[in-house]
Amino acid sequence: MSDPSQLESSGAPQLTVPQAISNLKQTEDTGDRYYAAWWLGRFRVEQPEAVDALLVALSDQSDRDTDGGFPLRRNAARALGKVGGGNKQVIPALIACLDSTDYYVREAAAQSLEALRAKVAIPHLRSLLDGGLEAAVPVPGKPHLVQPYNAILEALGSLGDDSSEAVSVAVIEPFLQHEMPQVKNGAARAMYQLTGKGKYAQILIDTLSCDDLQLRRSALLDLGEVGYFPAADAIAQTLAENSIKIISLKGLLERQIQAANALVSDKTCKVMSLMDSLL
Amino acid sequence: MADTLLQTKLQAVESADSAQSMLDAVEALAELKDEGAIDMLIRVLGYNNPGAAVAAVDGLVQIGTPAASALLSQIDGYNYGARAWALRVLSGIGDPRGLDLILETAAEDFSLSVRRAAARGLGSIQWEKLEKADRREGQIKARNTLLQVAIDDPEWVVRYAATVGLQGVATAAAAEDQPDLLPPIADCLRQIASVDETVAVRARAEWAIAQLQLSV
Repeated sequence: MSDPSQLESSGAPQLTVPQAISNLKQTEDTGDRYYAAWWLGRFRVEQPEAVDALLVALSDQSDRDTDGGFPLRRNAARALGKVGGGNKQVIPALIACLDSTDYYVREAAAQSLEALRAKVAIPHLRSLLDGGLEAAVPVPGKPHLVQPYNAILEALGSLGDDSSEAVSVAVIEPFLQHEMPQVKNGAARAMYQLTGKGKYAQILIDTLSCDDLQLRRSALLDLGEVGYFPAADAIAQTLAENSIKIISLKGLLERQIQAANALVSDKTCKVMSLMDSLL
Repeated sequence: MADTLLQTKLQAVESADSAQSMLDAVEALAELKDEGAIDMLIRVLGYNNPGAAVAAVDGLVQIGTPAASALLSQIDGYNYGARAWALRVLSGIGDPRGLDLILETAAEDFSLSVRRAAARGLGSIQWEKLEKADRREGQIKARNTLLQVAIDDPEWVVRYAATVGLQGVATAAAAEDQPDLLPPIADCLRQIASVDETVAVRARAEWAIAQLQLSV
């Protein structure tokens, strides 16, 4: 874990924890507040005073951008996903953020709720998918869709458990037909996590050989996250940086070790052998 | 005839006008495994086209010793970026003339991907190129650097690569009939298998122990 005192980038303010908290609480300088919120998350400052200050920042009214967005709230929501585990108010506050008028606040909230393993958020996340495929369209003049579908799908897939699976599956499945590959793949990943059916992971494997490097990278990371062992050879052969392929294979390795409760087995050795070849 | 083929492939790299066509041309050139391609492949390393640079690295590694000679004679003049690529090639070839450079890289380079290549490379040095009398000393140096990297490096993938490297050095030392080099390696691997914070590294150490048939 990084030591805040080693932050070396030129021009970036050197902060201590008390300074960061104090910068976050003051209201004169919005830049300092914004940076402090990011900083507290980056260096995982879990002190109650920091988390309290971030919670307050989550409903800040003063920092607005030209589109009506809430930049400070975005950073606060992101940081709370990293440091908010110990405070009972955080999850409800982030759930409330799912209704924000600011797309990026909603996105950050979904990602942070996933990081905090907030299963209680599942119905709220699902409701953001209302309207299904037909409603999942771009916002005119903006670089995003009406909802942060990737973040929502990923969170639902990652958080889902037996009690909510059937409902989530029904809501997510239509998104397998979405015209944007990123959304389609996000749905495939979630469907695999919820159902365990290989055919959904196969969609991600197929993406490993598509023309778009960014999509290949995402599919590599998705397959690593879900730990889909049959993808091993395809991962190793994907046209992408070895570093990402290694990370992906590491996910497969970890899943196999967990499943077999053994470090060394035929399957783990196969994955390690592939990792060795990419070093 | 072979010369004309080489010229054609060299020309294709010279005249490549897009990142993709550069990559394709470099891959085609590398496939020839022709020493005549060395200078061009080395130039490609500096072209700011990572896909092509990877293909060039692979090509130079395949060519082997003459490529190592060329890089060793030029490397002092390189900027950091070119040096990083050159060290990946030297690590991949394992020419012992590059041993000191590779040792230093494994222990100190800023880039985790270069450190990882160097750590792995220390396990596949072409010891047979050294006089028998010098091999032991070289293996001890490689071993000692790897023992430190395998424990101290902050990046899991570099420790993983060092574990692979240690397995390679142990295998080489056993083949050279230098069994006294092994106990520190065995101890280190056992320690890693037991306490490394990253399960992937523990697993690789465990596998190394099994493959070396060390009694646990």
